[in-house]
Amino acid sequence: MTQTSGVQVNNGVASSITQSQPLWLLAEVTYRCPLHCAFCYNPTDYDKHTQNELTTEQWIQTLRDARKLGAIQLGISGGEPLLRDDIEDIVVEAKKLGYYSNLITSGVGLTEKRIQAFKDGGLDHIQLSMHDITEEINNFITNTKTFQLKQKVAAMIKGHGYPMVLNVVIHRYNIDHMKEILEMAEALGADYIELANNQYYGWSLVNRSQLMPTREQLERAEAVTNEFRATGTKMKIFYVVPDYFNDRPKKCMNGWGEVFMIVTANGDVLPCHSARSLPNMQFPNVKDSDLGWSWKESPAFNKYRGDSWMKEPCRSCEEKEKDLGGCRCQSFLLTGDAEAADPVCSKSPHHHLIEKAIEDAKNPVIASQPILFRNDKNSKRIISGELKELTDKFHALP
Amino acid sequence: MMVIEHTDVYALAPHHRFQWEDAQNSYVILFPEGMVKLHGGAGEVIKRLDGKVTVGDVIADLKATFPDAEDIESDIIGMFELALSKAWLHKV
Repeated sequence: MTQTSGVQVNNGVASSITQSQPLWLLAEVTYRCPLHCAFCYNPTDYDKHTQNELTTEQWIQTLRDARKLGAIQLGISGGEPLLRDDIEDIVVEAKKLGYYSNLITSGVGLTEKRIQAFKDGGLDHIQLSMHDITEEINNFITNTKTFQLKQKVAAMIKGHGYPMVLNVVIHRYNIDHMKEILEMAEALGADYIELANNQYYGWSLVNRSQLMPTREQLERAEAVTNEFRATGTKMKIFYVVPDYFNDRPKKCMNGWGEVFMIVTANGDVLPCHSARSLPNMQFPNVKDSDLGWSWKESPAFNKYRGDSWMKEPCRSCEEKEKDLGGCRCQSFLLTGDAEAADPVCSKSPHHHLIEKAIEDAKNPVIASQPILFRNDKNSKRIISGELKELTDKFHALP
Repeated sequence: MMVIEHTDVYALAPHHRFQWEDAQNSYVILFPEGMVKLHGGAGEVIKRLDGKVTVGDVIADLKATFPDAEDIESDIIGMFELALSKAWLHKV
């Protein structure tokens, strides 16, 4: 028996036809969002893609095509997917096709009527984002007044017999409340909680110094999580490791083009959420490319499959199969070279960039710079180049 | 680890789904954020759980269906132990 993480890789050989299958389809159906979270991983130039979203018919065709390729877990995400009024239709089609479907939501826009329609349509579960136990931090980090609403939505999800899956992005402002967050989740009747230590892409990268906790905070939070697990709680706790504080990088997306396929609001087909931040890449789009070709044969999906693209120190590293050199986007965003080793790795010649980021976050002057919240106005300012100085620091724009 | 008795009745845990996947050429169990691919015998065990049959029934049925399989009983018990430890099943 193997978990999804044990899914075959193509033995390190880059070939024009892959044997891998997209088990996960993440449908980022819209980039519009009523929340303005400082840690959002969505592209900072998302405002370009709010007027050219796929139609209901295009989404349904995409679901059918991806299912044929083997996709079985469907995430309906965004932005806030509930800002579209056709999620009910997408859910019905997903059920018909045999997907295990998951609505990933902030809860804003979830009404009794809609949740009943999702239940009737066969949606399998709802993942609700929570931010903190305090109204103050919830409202600050999301730049909205949504604390009360989330409590209500959590009860609604439970009331409809759904598994309660909570996702909490962990950052400097809530990390010291880990125990209380876990207790809150248990009190709400959560079946699963994902403690997602912030990773630095999109808006989150621009706000990195303001969001990153200290190593001491992380160690305390991890200890608290382990103590909570030891109480014999029935709640399943997923702890997403904070990669900046590790010696080795994560095996990003479980390998480029191995398991995950992301289709964005405007139809771009990506091997990872942030792939469009890479330079000189032409990603296929469902509006004009066959999905099977996109996954198996497109130059973009084959570019970083296997290990033949690697440079030193990855190429001759005996651990290269474990992490496949980490994250291509992180390498590019921090070093300017997508094929460099992920700087998280202590063997990377750029590892000092990670150490500096951790140091910067401790510097009260840098860490107290104003946060750039994720909203249309700021996205427009980034697209226009007004914030070039800020984004250039991270190569954060194509 | 829980002791599996022949008189026990198990069913798929709430929010879990069991189905055949052509693309995987195997049975799978689906649940929030994950999937488990079940090889051969494991799928045959789960397939038989309808919330009514006992562990003993499953063993008898599988022995009858696969008369040439050796030491099938300990494999089946092992499968129940694993599935319970992973919370894919619950006791009815």
